[in-house]
Amino acid sequence: MKVTSPAFKENATAAIHDTQLQKALGNVETGFVAKRKKGAASLPEFEALRDSARDLKIHVLKHLDLYLEAYERKVIASGGHVHWAETAEDARRIVTDICRRLGAKTVTKGKSMITEEIALNDHLEAQGIRPVETDLGEYIIQLRGEHPSHIIAPAVHLTKEQVAGDFRRVHEHLAVDRDLSEPVTLLSEARAVLREQFLAADVGITGANFLVAETGTSIIVTNEGNGDLTQTLPKAHVVLASIEKIVPTLEDVDTLMRVLARSATGQEMSVYTTFSTGPRRADDPDGPGEYHVVLLDNGRSAMLGTEFEDMLRCIRCGACMNHCPVYQQIGGHAYGWVYPGPMGAVLTPTLVGIEQTGHLPNASTFCGRCESVCPMRIPLPRMMRAWRAREWEKALNPGTQRFGLGLWAFLARRPGLYRLAARIGRWGLATLSGGRGRVARLPLGDGWTKHRDMPAPEGGTFMDRWKAGERP
Amino acid sequence: MTTPSPARRPRVALFVTCLVDLMRPTIGFAAVKLLEDAGCEVVVPPSQTCCGQPAFNSGDRKDAVALAKRVIAEFEGFDFLVAPSGSCAGMIATHYPELFADDDPWKARALALAAKSRELISFLVDDLGVTSTGARFDGTVTYHDSCSGLRELGIQAQPRKLLAAVEGLTLTEMKDPDVCCGFGGTFAVKYPDLSGAIVTKKCVAIEESGATTILAGDLGCLMNMAGRMTRTGSKVEARHVAEVLANMADGPAIGAAKTGE
Repeated sequence: MKVTSPAFKENATAAIHDTQLQKALGNVETGFVAKRKKGAASLPEFEALRDSARDLKIHVLKHLDLYLEAYERKVIASGGHVHWAETAEDARRIVTDICRRLGAKTVTKGKSMITEEIALNDHLEAQGIRPVETDLGEYIIQLRGEHPSHIIAPAVHLTKEQVAGDFRRVHEHLAVDRDLSEPVTLLSEARAVLREQFLAADVGITGANFLVAETGTSIIVTNEGNGDLTQTLPKAHVVLASIEKIVPTLEDVDTLMRVLARSATGQEMSVYTTFSTGPRRADDPDGPGEYHVVLLDNGRSAMLGTEFEDMLRCIRCGACMNHCPVYQQIGGHAYGWVYPGPMGAVLTPTLVGIEQTGHLPNASTFCGRCESVCPMRIPLPRMMRAWRAREWEKALNPGTQRFGLGLWAFLARRPGLYRLAARIGRWGLATLSGGRGRVARLPLGDGWTKHRDMPAPEGGTFMDRWKAGERP
Repeated sequence: MTTPSPARRPRVALFVTCLVDLMRPTIGFAAVKLLEDAGCEVVVPPSQTCCGQPAFNSGDRKDAVALAKRVIAEFEGFDFLVAPSGSCAGMIATHYPELFADDDPWKARALALAAKSRELISFLVDDLGVTSTGARFDGTVTYHDSCSGLRELGIQAQPRKLLAAVEGLTLTEMKDPDVCCGFGGTFAVKYPDLSGAIVTKKCVAIEESGATTILAGDLGCLMNMAGRMTRTGSKVEARHVAEVLANMADGPAIGAAKTGE
């Protein structure tokens, strides 16, 4: 996927002026924020569960190698295969090799952000293999040739009218005058169309919400049941998961699941929770003939032991972006790569490089709302700040910003000069305001005055007036 | 009102903050009045400038450390450091210790200062047990929770508690008072369109609350909201909460013309 993060500012401005998008984004607040609040409030031990979930993942990350190896042994013991993919390219090659060996023409896919991260669909298509997204949101954006704008609600940037238009365009075999005005009719239509694809598929690819070390099980949570058909009907089920998805026991899955759905959608649990352990056994009524797990690193092990390790606790609930005032204004595409919002602002620079993605950790007010709702208590603002520090060290930020801050810091260390500069600044602003109480256009400060006035200073500086003996 | 006996009067160093110093000294004087009325001895350390937050949040650790050391040295000798800002108080109380390595002697000094650094309103309520400041303000106000104060220092109930005791004042809550106004320090200048969109949404919530005055505990947020409201011709006035609590809200509001000019 092409990285358009360097154009973040332009992307954001376009998003703010996109009336369709703005209409669709209204659903983020009503659909996610309010529901998460209710979901969290309905469980008295929710805050304590967040602590347990955080501590569990901290423990796992300290012993990641041990748990991964234990997991691998269990998968093999249950008849499955484990493939270690150090890079995105490795993962793509492993998946294509499996598909080719099985002569696959059609591949169904459950929702997986990892396959977005490694751009699997483009790669499969280039090899003559047809990937079919089966999650409703993913299916919609695949029809449109787009990428997800949200990690759990990939089509949240679209209105139902836009989706109805796409269905009419693509599902040409259906009656032209059919009613597509309600989400439920859109859902049934997609379901009917996808049914044939499930049956035609040679390989089913899913992601994983959790990988359980004690049993070698991969787990997905969905609301549509598409994941079940994706993974049980074809000849082979391929699980693509990043290494930090590992948890020690089924008991631990329970802890994480209790915070996951509540944080994501406010649900107590997602509608479907599907456990997969190995391929179909002799006496199983159904299931895939082969079961493969591709474990993707793609830069994650390099985050261990750094100031970005905490990011690996993320369970991809999307609460950080749902609650982000910036995301709420612009949606996910403006961020310019796979992962949007606060979690993307931290993760994307580690996966793509800070040189291209410097805007992402900078485009935050540090309001801290993301951290306050993160079920895993990931210190997202702290890590965005850490990226800014790396940028500063490499002198990647604009020269004007470095000069301005440098001058200010030079003065702030010298109180005498600082007072003089404050007096001059105050006088300048007061003069510009011309007694109107505000300045409508600041020379050199058009960033501030583009959408708002600069209030004029009140009169005198506090330090001067205090020194002169003024008291309340 | 609780007034500790003179022998036990806490010595409070006022951290004025660079914005209050430059833009709105009334907030500083209001802070002094509130602290003195509550029985504190207030000192204004003369060489103070800025807490260093702009450098810290821009990734410039070197300048942030240099400025933090100045503040620590100048303020560590008092019982408390108090700032009329949740953002600056949050910088000192939660982030200064992060600036120094564990084996750096400055670490202990940063931790000691952090432990006695407070935001003004929460200090009055939580530390001094103030329940009323004896102020009067005729009007309907709405209160915006500034992010750093809210999420780093837990300031939410304290200002509302003191406002409830102001005679003549009606507090009406806006939609989502705890959602960011879009200021974010240098963010407001680096991403004008984004910041503008967020503050526009905030100002709609303020207007829809029916209040005629917006109060907050941080001048940065107030300048952002006031600037947007004067730009759109709104009649809502913006003031720091301390001005109202100290009975010093009779001058022009933030961004308003001086009377008679």
